[in-house]
Amino acid sequence: MKEENLTPAKSSLRIGKPQLKLLEQLCNACGVSGAEGEVRSIVLEQLKPSLGKSPLWDKNPSVDVMGNLIAHIPAKEQPSVKVMLAAHLDEVGFMLTKDENEGFFRFDVIGGIDKRLMVGKAVWVGKEHIAGVIGAKPIHLASEGELERSIAVEDLRIDVSPENKSKVNVGDRATFAAPFQQLGDSLRAKALDDRLGVAALIELLKQSYPHLELFGAFTVQEEIGLRGAAAAAYACSPQVAIVLDCTPAYDLPHWEVDRGKVEETVYYNTQLGKGAAIYVADGGMISDPRLVRHFIQIAEEQGIPYQIRQAGGGGTDGGAIHLQHEGIPTIAVSVPARYLHTPYSLARISDWQSVLSLVHAALMKLTPELLTEER
Amino acid sequence: MKNTLSFLKQLINTAGLSGYEASARRLVEEAWRPLTDELRVSRLGSLYGLKRGCGSSSQQKTPSVLLAAHIDAIGLMVTTQVGEFLHVIKIGGLDPRVLPGQAVVVHGREEIPGLLVQPPDHLLPSRLKNQPVPIEYLLVDTGLSERALRKLVRTGDVISFAQAPLEMGEMYIAGHSLDDRAAVAALTEMLQLLQRRLHYWDVWTVATVQEEETMSGARTAAFELQPTIAVAIDVTFAKGGNDGSQYRLFPLGEGITIGWGANIHPLIHKQLKECAEEWEIPYKVEPIPHRSGTDAWAMQTARAGIPTAIIGIPLRYMHTVVEMVSLKDIQRASRLLAEWITQLEVDVMEKLAWDEG
Repeated sequence: MKEENLTPAKSSLRIGKPQLKLLEQLCNACGVSGAEGEVRSIVLEQLKPSLGKSPLWDKNPSVDVMGNLIAHIPAKEQPSVKVMLAAHLDEVGFMLTKDENEGFFRFDVIGGIDKRLMVGKAVWVGKEHIAGVIGAKPIHLASEGELERSIAVEDLRIDVSPENKSKVNVGDRATFAAPFQQLGDSLRAKALDDRLGVAALIELLKQSYPHLELFGAFTVQEEIGLRGAAAAAYACSPQVAIVLDCTPAYDLPHWEVDRGKVEETVYYNTQLGKGAAIYVADGGMISDPRLVRHFIQIAEEQGIPYQIRQAGGGGTDGGAIHLQHEGIPTIAVSVPARYLHTPYSLARISDWQSVLSLVHAALMKLTPELLTEER
Repeated sequence: MKNTLSFLKQLINTAGLSGYEASARRLVEEAWRPLTDELRVSRLGSLYGLKRGCGSSSQQKTPSVLLAAHIDAIGLMVTTQVGEFLHVIKIGGLDPRVLPGQAVVVHGREEIPGLLVQPPDHLLPSRLKNQPVPIEYLLVDTGLSERALRKLVRTGDVISFAQAPLEMGEMYIAGHSLDDRAAVAALTEMLQLLQRRLHYWDVWTVATVQEEETMSGARTAAFELQPTIAVAIDVTFAKGGNDGSQYRLFPLGEGITIGWGANIHPLIHKQLKECAEEWEIPYKVEPIPHRSGTDAWAMQTARAGIPTAIIGIPLRYMHTVVEMVSLKDIQRASRLLAEWITQLEVDVMEKLAWDEG
């Protein structure tokens, strides 16, 4: 244990001020599915100084036709394992679809956002983050029963004010205007799904794993069907894939108000503060059991907090990756966070740390033998 | 106008919920101190500023006008703690549909940032699936542990919205509590204009408390200051992007409103209108058939009755955290009040006769 703590690789993987600063920058950037450029350029900036040349392409990292950013680090020792690490750049949001003058725009939703969460919120529109609001009819003017009905997206508008009406255009993307803030040991921000994964992947790519050929794939269009990851996995063609994502924590009180009491919440998916969430099965993939065993064993050995994400719907880039080529053994590890796909989500720094430590430790101990075990 | 923008941003960046207006009042006090001859805080917490008229030296009692703009804001209050979450109730009129997903500040033993959330459908009664979630099911998550939270927060603590002000170009601003701090900014601008004017009448600028709840600030100010005339400056409905077929709305940034109805003395209404015409200040007449929902409603029946009027500043999305207002309209309100006050003669009251008289 003592020796472990002294290894430089481990100590440099602590989440401190620089990591939080980078996460803040990533979360405050806007990268709605299909328009990930602003986030991609931050990642590029981060990777450039440390990344060496790749025999696979002229510029490392490379950006493919879909917009995936892929960093390649060749192995320095043999035998080696070819591993793909994936985190998605994109986030849910909106697109302006019709200009109705005076600064009012109709919009459509990109990715899964509960329609009840849009009204009365501020948004950032376009590359310049022009301020806009999704207003609500004043409560004073509501008609009988109106407050009991949810509002359809068709009845909402993004309003950028009469003055800024020509500073934005139909086709511009928008996100909730929800600036990053640290709340004690927790983080409150938009797009923690999956900037937590993106920031963790950046840290991992700065480490040294001589026994691994590593691909760091920052994927696009996860929120609209895992589309970037499919192409990236084809290009990388790894032996093993590890997906770093963010998964919902539904660890809230369960109200049975009719019976006047709070029931135990059984379907929580994951719980905040309980550590890295290891996927066993989700809506799109059954994780490779050898990898699940490996991750759990490492976590137990090294005392890294972990939890098993409850099996059920939802999914990660793994759903597309494991289907590529002849099949790619894949596992997903997530940071649990509450309120994903709403203006602000909330996560614990300690859980993020657990994901980072666990994936790092699992990579250190990843050998070709693991894949020769019976699945 | 630059000053007004930065003052207003400061004002809407502070909490000052109904009954707890101190933080907002302190900012107004600072702004009004150099602009008034007297400044004091009422028993209920309203701020009274007096700018003496030059009629003050005459033998008879100087007539006075009271201009009321409310400083209180709508928000929430803690009802109970369950685990690491807080349950809340609203202060003032709030559409529960705009609440989930808002950043808030819990004013406990210290200021604690938090998030107002709607639990996932499967943890709510099934009848609420896809329906607006009533406020009793919403929770505040501060990211703190149950124990830490218990030390810092108790039932009855107020919760304010944390939406930062949004500058929308140079002429528009959006945020919470612009109802009615936009009018407080207008009164401040008016006081600046009056510095270079001669006026007979005493002018009381009053930042009233608790308008959103009981109007107690305006009611007691009108009693205590006994003004000759009282005017409420409040926001009114501007046409927004999703108001549907609502007709009772005014365009944003194209002029103020002058109220008309039972809550308004017809002759003061006429004076204000004529003044706006004379100085080419764009305005519209706002029909207010019965209850005005402004401080004027409470002031009109103070003591033996006080002649009242209402000036409206159009505002989009009232009682949300993204209310939007035009700085031009704020400037128009301040200008109209300054011109009208400058023109007020000593014997105006004698002319305030009803037609039949």
